[in-house]
Amino acid sequence: MANLQAHPAGGERRLPTGRAGRVDRRRVPIGPLEYCRRWWLQLIVGTTFLLLYAPIATLVAFSFNDSRRNIVWRGFTFDYYVKAWNNQSLFDAFVNSLTIAVVSTVVSTILGVLAALLLWRFRFPGKAVYEGFTALPIVIPEICMGVAMMAFFARVGWPTGLPWPLNLSNITISHIAFSFPFVAVIVRGRLIGFNREFEDASKDLGASEWQTLRHVVLPYLRPGVVAGALIAFTLSLDDFVITFFTSGPDTITLPVKIFSMVRFSVTPEVNAASTVLIIITVIATVAATRLQVPTRPDNPGGG
Amino acid sequence: MESWRQNRVVFWVLGIPPTLWLALFFVIPLGIVWFISFGEKRGLIDIAITGTLDNYARALQPLYLQIFWKSIWMAGAATLICLVVGYPVAFAIAFAPERWKIWLMLAVILPFWINILIRTYALIAVFRTRGFANFTLEWLWEKGDWVLATAGLGEYHLLGERFVPLNMLYNNYAVSMGIVYAFLPFMILPLYANIEKLDRSYMEASFDLGAGHWRTFTSVVFPLTWHGALSGIIIVFIPALGAFFIPELLGGTDSQLIGNVIERQFKSANDWPFGGALSFLLMYATFGALALRAVLVGRGKALEV
Repeated sequence: MANLQAHPAGGERRLPTGRAGRVDRRRVPIGPLEYCRRWWLQLIVGTTFLLLYAPIATLVAFSFNDSRRNIVWRGFTFDYYVKAWNNQSLFDAFVNSLTIAVVSTVVSTILGVLAALLLWRFRFPGKAVYEGFTALPIVIPEICMGVAMMAFFARVGWPTGLPWPLNLSNITISHIAFSFPFVAVIVRGRLIGFNREFEDASKDLGASEWQTLRHVVLPYLRPGVVAGALIAFTLSLDDFVITFFTSGPDTITLPVKIFSMVRFSVTPEVNAASTVLIIITVIATVAATRLQVPTRPDNPGGG
Repeated sequence: MESWRQNRVVFWVLGIPPTLWLALFFVIPLGIVWFISFGEKRGLIDIAITGTLDNYARALQPLYLQIFWKSIWMAGAATLICLVVGYPVAFAIAFAPERWKIWLMLAVILPFWINILIRTYALIAVFRTRGFANFTLEWLWEKGDWVLATAGLGEYHLLGERFVPLNMLYNNYAVSMGIVYAFLPFMILPLYANIEKLDRSYMEASFDLGAGHWRTFTSVVFPLTWHGALSGIIIVFIPALGAFFIPELLGGTDSQLIGNVIERQFKSANDWPFGGALSFLLMYATFGALALRAVLVGRGKALEV
């Protein structure tokens, strides 16, 4: 039912012209609202997508280019991936990034689900203020949060020079702080469609709070939770600004490493490292988007 | 929804972990910077919090005011370009057939999730002297020159004797383009959400009453989707205002924005009190923009009723 309401008159919008068979569609005159069939709009959209994707596509293409200077195409090679893989500091940065992202994803998913359930379930004084407060990490400029985390860890005397995974703790903590509000937003979006009668039924049948959460609410929430987790993973893996201010010489992440490489010199190795990061984030994002798309009821408009 | 009193245990179990995390690792850090901004630098790492307003006074000096103004100006210009480009795209997606919509939306969202730093780096290869933009221009120049030559105008060199590549990188133009490129998806998403919700019978009514497409757009569609545009403007403007690696990578020596100044105070210049003051001024500007949006949206709602 909820899905039906989410798409008001989804299929009925198109007037009878739209029902003509696909074969002779081109012969049907363009209706006043069929803007996507107008050439000038198609041109604008096409050009925008071209300009949006061309730089990324060339960056990826030139990671396979057999030339030190990535200006002219000189043939296909995997050399720069091998070089990037064997570049110890680049590899370490990659491992650091993944480690931080995994820990940050687990913790921010838990915190995000808790915050979403809290805001969904309870009325409490100052709720509007609290909501604004949890959205704050999303809205303030990243650089302000970056310098704040830097100042915080310096002032409280956060231990530096710890052995490996622990020295990433300050970056991980910062990532969790800006990621879990995003998870909360996504999970709340999913909760809106939840029929609370299921919860009541579960409790009437004698289930405890925990059993209800475990067996009724969480299974329903699962797509939202997984989507939120994927977004948290991407946010952490991609973050440059906040990491830039919290990382030290021994705790470089992939984006920070790429930044210093770009400033130093532009080599195909950077392209190779960037391509790897792009592929991981694209996979995570596509998966998250698919999970967030509501499952359609069968043709609500009948058209 | 139940009152928190009905089930206190669950309320606290749900509420304490996220609240504590946010308080410890977000509010306190911001609070520290806020206090530091009223302090004085004493030595390399010592900062005495004396309640002085000197840092704010210094931020209002012409040099920094000028940088503030420039940041606002450049972020504003980039936001405007995003709106002009993003609106037709959002509009087209909203009016696309259902089965295309999801793919078009995915095509908008994907660059949004690809690392901004990497996308900025990708622009270097486009804008540099031997970059793709100049290659394209050179190709166009050759074609144009060939056309002129075949038309018998070859000896006049109307397009210049040789192709001279343009300097498109390391200037303010490149920074604005970088901001547009980085944040365009931020503009399209809220616009799409609003245009999608638009009741199309208003447009049909407008056509029936004899208005053309342009008139319908200016008097019906845009006023009704103005909230989406406003959200888009805010969502693009705020990060654009604080951008620091885009000017760092694409800008020249005169392209320093407020983000670069803040970064310098906290890194190389090591003047945290001043950097703290600047970062709080930036934050106040952000809150100002958000408040302005709330006021405008509120007024719009009042008018609609």
